[in-house]
Amino acid sequence: MSDLADPNTGQIRWRDLTLRIKRYDPEKDREPHWQEFKIQAHPMDRVLDVLMKVKWEQDDSIALRKSCAHGICGSDAMRINGQNNLACKLLVQNVKGKTITVEPILGLPVIKDLIVDMKPFFDHYKAVMPFLVNDDPAPTTERLQTPEQRARFDDTTKCILCACCTTACPPFWGNREYVGPAAIVNAHRFIFDSRDQGAGERLDILNDSEGIWRCRTVFNCTSACPRGIQVTQAISEVKRALITGVVDIPEEAEVLS
Amino acid sequence: MARNRIKPAGGFELTAWYFMRISGLVLVFLAVGHLFIMHIANNVENINYAFVAGRWADPRTGWIWRLWDLCMIGLAMFHGFNGLRQILDEHVHGAKARVAMHTTIWTVMTALIVLGTYAIWMFQEDRAYVEQWKAMNAKAVALQPPGAIHPSGGSHAAIRGKLPNIAGD
Repeated sequence: MSDLADPNTGQIRWRDLTLRIKRYDPEKDREPHWQEFKIQAHPMDRVLDVLMKVKWEQDDSIALRKSCAHGICGSDAMRINGQNNLACKLLVQNVKGKTITVEPILGLPVIKDLIVDMKPFFDHYKAVMPFLVNDDPAPTTERLQTPEQRARFDDTTKCILCACCTTACPPFWGNREYVGPAAIVNAHRFIFDSRDQGAGERLDILNDSEGIWRCRTVFNCTSACPRGIQVTQAISEVKRALITGVVDIPEEAEVLS
Repeated sequence: MARNRIKPAGGFELTAWYFMRISGLVLVFLAVGHLFIMHIANNVENINYAFVAGRWADPRTGWIWRLWDLCMIGLAMFHGFNGLRQILDEHVHGAKARVAMHTTIWTVMTALIVLGTYAIWMFQEDRAYVEQWKAMNAKAVALQPPGAIHPSGGSHAAIRGKLPNIAGD
């Protein structure tokens, strides 16, 4: 952190930044336009802090979504300096240059400023049946599985549905009908769960012409995911299950049966 | 890992996706091999009608070269036009426009494959022309003063204009 501190005083240096925001008000504007704000930011501030400071002190008409502000709820996904991220997870000290450019995530209809209509995104999410499917009589205790079976789909349980991956995906930009990486990740979470019985139906849904085969392995989803999910890996595992008709799940241990 | 069989997989998009992987891999060898033979192993001055005709018409190995070229045209056309379809699907959204686009793509692709296959399969060597060319070539080499022989072994300038220009060269 020494480069952040003033060598004479030892104090953390505030940074003079320009915040460029893509503004759009459907009641006033025909086209989106850029607006710049000058602001001093602490290196340990998050981009969300900078945005809120501008909103509180300079222009209260800026519209954005935020809720928990701690990287869990997934509300404040936006395109920051050309890369999808959560505004509450990116620190000012990790932003290069003197300008922070913020725009709404791409591929979804903009409602106002940084707020987009998430309905197409959640429609795709719902389409893959993101819930446990098991027609066996419910056991009196928990449905048990081994640590290995749990680990099989652990990575894809981390998804917070922020839409960073889907709106970073070029095939989705071109075609909003494409189911998108987030929905495939959430399908993966159940397809590879040993307690679930709906894998066949989910794979059928993803085999649609607007399904998983629209993926071109661009890897934008993986680099955009603020939760570090290996999205492209998950998509490839689902593709392999479709090609082979086989879902690789670790063997059930004898203690459980 | 337990292998839970779900169901036999299938469907056009799945097949198309798998085909793109396999054909891409095969085309790397076919196309790079083709480039190597045509531009590195042989001097470009030697690639002419006689060269191509000699390869296709050879009684022992002719079928290998014809099969090579047939595979290349079939795979390249399917691979290329299917890739084009996937790209255009992202830009063409109307139902009618998509039908028109898909029809055009598959029609042009089929026409080109049929044309190429016809040319490769039905090809018959013009023996007289090749013999005539060889004779002219030998004569041209003999006429050259020592040290002025073209790297190809013959002077094309001397041959050109005296022979009907059929193909190659």
